[in-house]
Amino acid sequence: VEPHGPVCKLLHLHLIMEVLPTYMDVEHSRAYIDQLYSNDSHKCFQAVSELKFAVIGSVREKGTIIEQGVVVRLLQILRSSELDILLKTEVVTVLNSLAKGLPEHASSLVQAGLLPALWEQIETCAGGSGTSAYTQMILCCLRSVYRQGCAPPPPSWDHKLLTTLIQHGYHPPSNQECVANILAHACKTCEQQQQLVDAGGADLVACMLCSPVSRVQLPALHCLAAMCYKNERVSSILATKSYGGKAVPDLLVGLMARDRPRDMQLAAATSLTFLHRAGALSADDPKIIFKTLQCLVRMCRRDREVWERVEAANTLAYLTEVSTELQRTAAMTDHLIHTMNDYLKDTTSSAGASAPQGICGSPISCRQYDNPSTWPELMLEAALKVYASLGANDEDIRQRVIKTDGLMNTIVTSLSAACPAVQLAAVRCLHSLSRSVHTLRTTFQDHMVWRPLMTVLKTSSSEELVTVASSTLCNLLLEFSPSKEHILDQGAVEFLCGLTRRPHPGLRLNAVWALMNMAFQAEHRVKVSILHHLGTDQIFRLLSDTDVHILMKTLGLLRNLLSTKGHIDQIMQCHGKEIMQAIILILEGEHSAEVKEQALCILANIADGDMAKNAIMSNEDVLKKLMNYMVIPNVKLQIAATFCISNLIWNVEEGAAERQNKLRDMGVYKLLQNLMTTTDTALFDKVKTALQQFH
Amino acid sequence: KMATSSGRCSVEPPLFGPHTGHDPIKALYPMVNEEETPLPRCWSSKDKYSFIGLTQNNLRVHYKGHGKNHKDAASVRATNPIPAACGLYYYEVKIVSKGRDGINTDMPSKKKNGDVRMSPVNPGLRDDLLPEFVYMGIGLSSQGVNMNRLPGWDKNSFGYHGDDGHSFCSSGSGHPYGPTFTTGDVIGCGINLIDNVCFYTKNGHYLGVAFTDLPPQLYPTVGLQTPGEVVDANFGQAPFVFDIGEMMRESQCRVRTTIQNFPVPDTYGQWQTMLHRMVSTYLVHHGYCATAEAFARSTSQDFDEELTSIKNRQKIQKLVLGGRLGEAIETVQQLYPGLLENNHNLLFMLKVRQFIEMVNGTDTEVRGVSRSPSRPPTHESSPSPPCWSNGRTTDPVPGTSSTPPSSSTTSTPVIQQHTSVIQSTKNVISSGQTSASPVTTEELNQRNAQDLRASSPPSATNGTTPVIHLPVPSGSSSSSSSSSSTSSNSSSNMHDSDTEMECMEANSHHLQETNNSLGDTSHSNGFSNGFSKDIDIQDDENEEAMEVENSVGSRKMCGGNPDAIGRMLAFGKEVQHMSQVLRRELGKNDHNKKILQDAFSLLAYNDPWNSPVGWQLDPLQREPVCQSLNSAILESHHLPRRPPLEICVAHTKQLISLMSRSGIGSCAFASVDSLLGSQQ
Repeated sequence: VEPHGPVCKLLHLHLIMEVLPTYMDVEHSRAYIDQLYSNDSHKCFQAVSELKFAVIGSVREKGTIIEQGVVVRLLQILRSSELDILLKTEVVTVLNSLAKGLPEHASSLVQAGLLPALWEQIETCAGGSGTSAYTQMILCCLRSVYRQGCAPPPPSWDHKLLTTLIQHGYHPPSNQECVANILAHACKTCEQQQQLVDAGGADLVACMLCSPVSRVQLPALHCLAAMCYKNERVSSILATKSYGGKAVPDLLVGLMARDRPRDMQLAAATSLTFLHRAGALSADDPKIIFKTLQCLVRMCRRDREVWERVEAANTLAYLTEVSTELQRTAAMTDHLIHTMNDYLKDTTSSAGASAPQGICGSPISCRQYDNPSTWPELMLEAALKVYASLGANDEDIRQRVIKTDGLMNTIVTSLSAACPAVQLAAVRCLHSLSRSVHTLRTTFQDHMVWRPLMTVLKTSSSEELVTVASSTLCNLLLEFSPSKEHILDQGAVEFLCGLTRRPHPGLRLNAVWALMNMAFQAEHRVKVSILHHLGTDQIFRLLSDTDVHILMKTLGLLRNLLSTKGHIDQIMQCHGKEIMQAIILILEGEHSAEVKEQALCILANIADGDMAKNAIMSNEDVLKKLMNYMVIPNVKLQIAATFCISNLIWNVEEGAAERQNKLRDMGVYKLLQNLMTTTDTALFDKVKTALQQFH
Repeated sequence: KMATSSGRCSVEPPLFGPHTGHDPIKALYPMVNEEETPLPRCWSSKDKYSFIGLTQNNLRVHYKGHGKNHKDAASVRATNPIPAACGLYYYEVKIVSKGRDGINTDMPSKKKNGDVRMSPVNPGLRDDLLPEFVYMGIGLSSQGVNMNRLPGWDKNSFGYHGDDGHSFCSSGSGHPYGPTFTTGDVIGCGINLIDNVCFYTKNGHYLGVAFTDLPPQLYPTVGLQTPGEVVDANFGQAPFVFDIGEMMRESQCRVRTTIQNFPVPDTYGQWQTMLHRMVSTYLVHHGYCATAEAFARSTSQDFDEELTSIKNRQKIQKLVLGGRLGEAIETVQQLYPGLLENNHNLLFMLKVRQFIEMVNGTDTEVRGVSRSPSRPPTHESSPSPPCWSNGRTTDPVPGTSSTPPSSSTTSTPVIQQHTSVIQSTKNVISSGQTSASPVTTEELNQRNAQDLRASSPPSATNGTTPVIHLPVPSGSSSSSSSSSSTSSNSSSNMHDSDTEMECMEANSHHLQETNNSLGDTSHSNGFSNGFSKDIDIQDDENEEAMEVENSVGSRKMCGGNPDAIGRMLAFGKEVQHMSQVLRRELGKNDHNKKILQDAFSLLAYNDPWNSPVGWQLDPLQREPVCQSLNSAILESHHLPRRPPLEICVAHTKQLISLMSRSGIGSCAFASVDSLLGSQQ
């Protein structure tokens, strides 16, 4: 095993210094590299040893060796079946040292095919003892590569290999540390998470959490987090595992105790957060609402390292994203809203900081903190995310957030930030805040947030960003929002109509939703513009969308378009045929009652028009359908249908008597009379109103 | 001593464990010396405004005034101010019921602006409850602050108010701080005495720092203002809603890190050498020759003292601690001529102790009378393997009765008597009238605990006194009383190790006295158990010499031997004479006068062991004498009177108690014992 720590580094340095004089010329010509290719295994061993001394502790040397293409030869030795295990061990030691250099070094090793070679070797010595120096060295080397964050995890694990790896993870501690690190970094997809559990990874992690060695516990926590991130099945399995009589969540709480090392507390809190979000622990579980929440808020304090604060805030935002209870608790815990304000202001202080050493964040944020100049951005992003989560549901919290000094300005400038992550966080925050009527009417208007928001929408290529931004736009387009007019002026109609054609269902939904809000009580020109840009073809397409939410919002849009007599008549005049077709399509389709109710409501709106009435009256098929809905055992549909009838026969309107006669002939009057026996008061009122219209 | 203290620590309850004894409040603040700074345990029935009523052992507060406006506010303080040595202090208040004004109907029901169902992500809808809260303040105040006010309104007064959630820092206007609170809520108030900041919790959630730069000597305080308001206080007598223990562990961790990372100037930076030196001098000081030699060898150090000199001191210490003062004085005069002659007060102290030991029946002068001539004392002091260290590790938890550890019950038939090894031999002395009244182990234990152990005259019984040889049932349970048996051989043989044991105990005892109240109770236990091991082993070796003593009987002065009494009386006169000479030559000395008086008082009682002056007969009392003598010898060789290690520990403890008195909160987390304990 390659010795770790400065002492051992020194030792090696010392060794190098001792032998340096005899190697002076060798150092120049690197004669030993030639020896590497020797068929004499003794000479080859000598050469590898010399190579080892040369690369350990020297980043420059690592780079040179890799450039010279030595790695290929090393892998060749590794794969050769007849060569001695001692030589191979020495070779892996060199490779491990190379992998510990810069990330570039590690990735060139990966490109040279290091990983398959190592996996192969692990397999071949699987029969032997896991404590053999060779196996240990291989695991160390794999660990070093994966920790560099540049190794793509295998798309899918080989079950046998995974089982072998997990077996090695039980002892000794040095192997445990390596295995935990490898698994933590190589577990990214849902499939891998499941494979890991199937191969016994859950038991292994539970066991490693109980290790007395913190160098094992920490990567074990990272591994646990990686396994349960957004995976309900795996999380529920992990949450019920136990070791030494203690359940995994309790073990995690133990590791999160305040006298534990901070990185350990943070990692444990992250694991618990993921377990909660994946549904394995409820929000009101004391382990979550007391322990995890407090731990994360504590980690955000000023006296912590920047990376810890960023990591903690990001995790906290994720923890509190959904649960109102957690949001309320977090908002009152340890001045969190204030603390986050510090994040916004800390944008200059760390610019000159030196590169951090030994940050051991989770694999998810691997290498994220390498460059101190990005820290202010990271802090800003994290704080905006926290604000977004806090303000998601509770108006009191929202108002407290909005009052945060300088927050609105920060959001507005962040909307046009160069960094997409910051933009996204800013839009998320804006979205949460936009759920407040008060804010829409005041703060948002004052800060003209619609301007940068529209720019984001029009320029960004990130689907996620546009989804959240269009979602925010929905709220800004509500009829009481003063921004509505400005947004229309920015060409929102055209943009949103374009958005309805996007493949991403979230985008289509938001677009239709926004259009629906926009059409509500809108001027005629707006409605015309919507219909013009959308086109009836697109309406049909949306009405046949597989996503029922999109369908509902499209119907809602039609309802909003077809309101007030004048608009109804004008629109029906141009598009009556298509609209009636669309309605029939829905009424005849396999849809839920809610959908059909919407369709009937559109009919009722149409029936409210003067000329438009004819579109219904002239279509006996539709009339029969209406009568049918009046008698089916669903009160809501009955009400909608009755309402439509009552609009059709409305007394004071021109041609009312004619329509009444026609419907009476069809048996509508009789139907209505029968409906008078209903016990539903709402339906009763509608029926009564309708009957009163008949002369 | 290092070994002792760490050993002791291991049996101490964990610093913030689930319980320590029966006083949970005390257990929260182990470093508080309640004799100097008592902890707040309830509300003060005196230090309150008249509108405040107290019930339920002064833990429940209710308002009984008019409650019309803020002029009717009323506060109550706790009985005592918060001692700085708490480090982190915390109490909780549960709002049992709100007053009649608790629902604010005047306030426009909060504008329900916002929360419309509109955005794609479903927003939650707020419960449309009227805000409810109490007009009360929870916090801290100094003594003398007006009680006709809510905490926070006046100088040196700090409060968190339920009606608006504001914090009031010695001012009539508050700052937005936390949520409002009402019936059913538990509000916690904590004070960090290291940073001098105050924080609150609500229903177990940490609300953050409310006040900084707090003055010292603050009292927990609550203030109420409305009829019907009732609150219950929890000063730690019940578990808290908030996990304060974890916060304390964090502080402890922080303080330890601060200590460990404290920069030391380079000149003092040679830790390893210094530590070696300290250990070595400690071993030498107490005469652990072999250990000291081995240690010095492996750390390549030198002694300041010759080996023979160490051995001599060791020998003398053993004699003193064995109660054989006469021999000890002789040996000192032989080995260190001039030492006692030049130090009259020391000689006098030794003589007085010799007199006490004569009364005790331990000193050679009186013991010789009853000793079998076939067994010269020299034989008895033949060294035995020191095995006391075994005994130490099996220390029972302090405070429990000194029942022997079960391990020993299995190892040897003669067990229970080691509860009082000394006692048993003492019994032997009085075996002249072996009344067979059985004494239970429990009684023996109690007696031990009361420090009634008479010292053992090794081999005093051998041959001369009638003893009953009984087969001792193997594994005799500790409940079966009686067979307090021991071989006289063993008791004498083990003397070597005994004295070391005692010596060690003596030291630890003194250290513990300085700061550790737990130490005292554990003391006797450790002591007797230490002995037990020795005896067990010895007994195995000398089974044929086993003797059984049936009863404790009553101890007799000088072992009940008339000759010995005569000698004792004669010696008493000699000592009195010496005292007169001393007074003439050196002037009056109150200390000398007192020790002589105390010693002579022993003669006034039939049963001196059970007399008010009986404490002098406790073998523990040999320890200060032994230490004085050892120090004097060392001093005469220009060596330190006390080993640096002991000085260092004592200094540290002294400093910590000084910190406590000076109001420096870190002392709560700087316990020397817990530090040593945690290193294990």
